[in-house]
Amino acid sequence: MISIIRTIWKVFLHQFRKRVTIQYPEERASLAPRWRGRIILSRDPDGGERCVACYLCAAACPVDCISLQATEDENGRRYPEFFRINFSRCIFCGFCEEACPTYAIQLTPDFEMAEYNRRNLVYEKEDLLISGPGKYPEYNFYRIAGLAISGKDKGEAENESAPVDVKGLMP
Amino acid sequence: MATIFIDNAPYTVKDGQNLLHACLSLGFNIPYFCWHPALHSVGACRQCAVKQFRDEQDTRGKIVMSCMTPAAEGTRISIDDPDVKRFRRSVIEWLMTNHPHDCPVCDEGGECHLQDMTVMTGHDYRRFRFRKRTYRNQHLGPLVNHEMNRCIQCYRCVRFYRDYAGGRDLDVFASHNHVFFGRHADGVLDNEFSGNLVEVCPTGVFTDKTFKEHSTRKWDLQTAPTVCVHCGLGCNTIAGERYGSLRRILNRYNHEVNGYFICDRGRFGYGFVNSGERIRTPMVRRSKAGKMEPISKEDVLKHLEGMLYFGARVIGIGSPRASLESNFSLMTLVGREHFFAGIPEQEQGLIGRIVDMLSEGPAPAASLKDAEEADAVLVLGEDIANSAPRLSLSLRQAALNKPMEIARKMRIPEWSDAAVRTALQGQRGPLFLATTAVTKLEEIASGVVHAAPDDIARMGFGVAREIEGGARGAALPAGEMSSFARAAADALKNAERPLVVAGTGCGSEAVIRAAAQAARALCSAGKEARLLYIVPECNTLGLGLMTRKHLGDAFRAAGAGPADIVIILENDLFRRADETQVKEFFRGFRQVIVVDQVRTGTTRVADVLLPACTFAESQGTYVSSEGRAQRSFKVYLPEGDIRESWRWMADMAEIAGRPEGKAWRNIDHVVKALAEAMPVFEGIGHAAPQAGFRVNGLRIPRQSHRASGRTAVSADMDVHEPKPPVDSDSAFSFSMEGYEGMPPPALIQRYWSPGWNSVQALNKFQEEVAGPLRGGDPGVRLLAQGSLESPAYSGEIPPPFAAREDSWLLVPLYHIFGSDELSTFSPVIAGLAPGPYIGIGEADMKRLGISEGDAVVVTLPGLSRVLPVKKIAGLPQGIAGMPAGLMPAGWIGLPAWAEMVKKNGG
Ligand code: SF4
Ligand code: SF4
Ligand code: SF4
Ligand code: SF4
Ligand code: FES
Repeated sequence: MISIIRTIWKVFLHQFRKRVTIQYPEERASLAPRWRGRIILSRDPDGGERCVACYLCAAACPVDCISLQATEDENGRRYPEFFRINFSRCIFCGFCEEACPTYAIQLTPDFEMAEYNRRNLVYEKEDLLISGPGKYPEYNFYRIAGLAISGKDKGEAENESAPVDVKGLMP
Repeated sequence: MATIFIDNAPYTVKDGQNLLHACLSLGFNIPYFCWHPALHSVGACRQCAVKQFRDEQDTRGKIVMSCMTPAAEGTRISIDDPDVKRFRRSVIEWLMTNHPHDCPVCDEGGECHLQDMTVMTGHDYRRFRFRKRTYRNQHLGPLVNHEMNRCIQCYRCVRFYRDYAGGRDLDVFASHNHVFFGRHADGVLDNEFSGNLVEVCPTGVFTDKTFKEHSTRKWDLQTAPTVCVHCGLGCNTIAGERYGSLRRILNRYNHEVNGYFICDRGRFGYGFVNSGERIRTPMVRRSKAGKMEPISKEDVLKHLEGMLYFGARVIGIGSPRASLESNFSLMTLVGREHFFAGIPEQEQGLIGRIVDMLSEGPAPAASLKDAEEADAVLVLGEDIANSAPRLSLSLRQAALNKPMEIARKMRIPEWSDAAVRTALQGQRGPLFLATTAVTKLEEIASGVVHAAPDDIARMGFGVAREIEGGARGAALPAGEMSSFARAAADALKNAERPLVVAGTGCGSEAVIRAAAQAARALCSAGKEARLLYIVPECNTLGLGLMTRKHLGDAFRAAGAGPADIVIILENDLFRRADETQVKEFFRGFRQVIVVDQVRTGTTRVADVLLPACTFAESQGTYVSSEGRAQRSFKVYLPEGDIRESWRWMADMAEIAGRPEGKAWRNIDHVVKALAEAMPVFEGIGHAAPQAGFRVNGLRIPRQSHRASGRTAVSADMDVHEPKPPVDSDSAFSFSMEGYEGMPPPALIQRYWSPGWNSVQALNKFQEEVAGPLRGGDPGVRLLAQGSLESPAYSGEIPPPFAAREDSWLLVPLYHIFGSDELSTFSPVIAGLAPGPYIGIGEADMKRLGISEGDAVVVTLPGLSRVLPVKKIAGLPQGIAGMPAGLMPAGWIGLPAWAEMVKKNGG
């Protein structure tokens, strides 16, 4: 009996507490940048596609919902010919982002992806690629990698010396 | 056997091995780079360090390179000693100071020995803050990609390319930390084994350029064990698929066959599978003059129902590039007496003779391994580097067997590669070549003659007679030839494991008999002689064992009486016989049914065209030149209505009312029926485990446990993932589910082991490193050894070749890229193949007053063709050559006599 009255009293007191439920969608929660929501593919600071199609995100994904095909453009840059994420399978674990060696794939604080039709949750590269660098404004993989691309010859990457002259005789 | 102590525990190992080899065989993980099981040790990379102790009391020990230290009795070492672990970690750290930040864009990534070894040693963070050395890459042709920044200077590439494969155009340049591995200038690598650099190089410097076109990670490839279909040697391969296209071919180790290496035709010839020339749907021609129309599988079977009524007169043409199962199902469908090998009479005669010689003679057929172990070799009439490429690599190693005695005398262990090569001073053992023209192996030969096929045969008989002490056989030919024959006979007599190689290459039956004669002479002299016959296609020998009937018989059968239908299995008759003859043959039938993989001259004249699976999409058994029946498995399911040839045959059999049609539900039924029908094929069921085989109730997965994308690959079409198809023909699954451990040897679909992602994981699949696979090497040898008293040897010794005044004997000349039919459908191979030409020797060119590039009219009875002249070194006077398999429509049965005149105004 006493416990019932105590419960009623406690519930009554809650009326005067600060509210945590917000009136979504009129009101919106502010999400941390590291929130793991809708996945995007970013670009490097030069505007080039960051994804080099190394397949690491696809390998890391526990539900296998990423598939892509690597190819190379006329500048020697590798990029995905297609890149597909099936968000109806994605569990937003963020493993793909963690695996990505170029910071290309990033999870964003956006969760508003509900669809009536599951098919619409299959995102292709056009749906994923954004025009900026996302959370990592500085990183540019090709400036560090040893692969030559047009505009960055051998020896021009960070911390590289000029290509050796194999015919030179100097010690 | 010796007992060694590893971290104080005793182990028994083979005496005289090096410690690295021994430890890897025992299952220990020691990182290494420069050592390779086939290339042995040079001690260049300093990665394989272990600590060696003098005795039990010694606690300090010293660091030694395990690859350079013999595993002698009582050797005490430590792999886990903290000093040596730190040492190994530091070595990797040094190697990595210049290594580019490339893994994500490197084709080696995920199967990189350097990655594996780096993880194994525990080096994880870059401390080096200075600049990285860089290189410019070279263009090495369409097959191999070069990315020199990734080099760790292990020297494996040049040791393979130069020392092992005899290449000249790849070398190491510059000095100190500038050493560079490449060519003196950009250019196509000209060794026929260049593709092995992809597997030999432990890093991503050399990668497969054709794979780069559709690059995929190893973990995503769906793979299965396959058998190379591009020549008669039957090298074992692993083929990998992704997204419905074939992506690459890797070597599959078979201790008895190809060991660690395959040739470039085998590695890069796979493009035909993806080619635009593939036949992808059934087609029918409703009226003789009409066009081909695509039709569905159901409809085409209905269409066939109208023709294959009971009592229809049907003949079948089999194919040396189709599996035993496909050929046998056609044979069953049409009846044995109506089944003919789709091989010209002359060639089928040679093959029949080869079968006789191998099954009746005393010398067993040599495997590639046997060839590698031979200590004296005689080659009659074969340009091996081009007609059976992998064999030339074996013979290059065989040439070192005899001189190895020098090293043995000096007590240099065989694995101490640099020391052995220094001791040998470039000496080679006996290798005698009698060929029609200059061949590549000549650079290491001890004796060479160039002669007409008949003279080559006489030479063989002469050698046999010399060995037998002049008892029988031909008298030795005169001059240069006689000294060659004598030297060859001497060398073979003094060898322990002599080998005689011949084949269908120069089109002479006498050469085949001569080789057998020489081998028999050696056997009666008490030698462990071996005989190896090179045959042109992947199942030539299998078809030869199945039937002796040939295309000529088929033509005659068609001409003899009315026939209704001819069914042609995976065969382009226009490559096998004269155009007019073939057309005439087709005219004799109301319906021409062709089952094939790619569009050919024959598929264009078909009335019903059925799309057949390639090796990558079908399962089948092929008999190699050694008489080894080997099973090849499908890598992936074909698209649409493409089906295995034997399934088309089974369906047609069902329509025709034959009981097999219903009974053959999977390929094991066909295999069983074949084994029962023909005693010679009795053993083929044992070539690999059957469809019902399971390990702990599980199938063997074609996909790796890391295969990615299963819920996204087809999500653009349907968000509901399809159920993986079930393979009714084999123990493999089309998914990543299944038994993750080591499969039985015939079912090895990829090399992987925890911590070993590169092909070097192979060590774990062998009983002993570089030894047989665990569970025995796959394949079943079908040919039993005959006796010394075989009757098959009788036969004429041909008279010496006499050059004619006004005509030339045309012989086939072989090309690694071009002479094989299917691989030329691969764009890269087609790009490397020469065009049609007429090859003429120097003397004849002078006589005809022509020079290279001139046009010449070549005339055979009823056939005339203008061809550009190519100078062929070594061709004897009176002989001219044509590239085998590369002639445009209209076939010329070689050897044949032809007239040649310079084309005026040409
Ligand atoms: S967040 Fe997780 S489940 Fe989603 S794509 Fe990335 S790895 Fe896959
Ligand atoms: S060679 Fe190996 S370690 Fe080097 S970039 Fe390629 S994958 Fe990475
Ligand atoms: S190119 Fe490859 S095989 Fe050759 S030395 Fe460099 S790492 Fe070794
Ligand atoms: S040697 Fe013959 S069987 Fe071996 S890989 Fe080359 S073509 Fe294939
Ligand atoms: S593997 Fe022993 S030193 Fe290279």
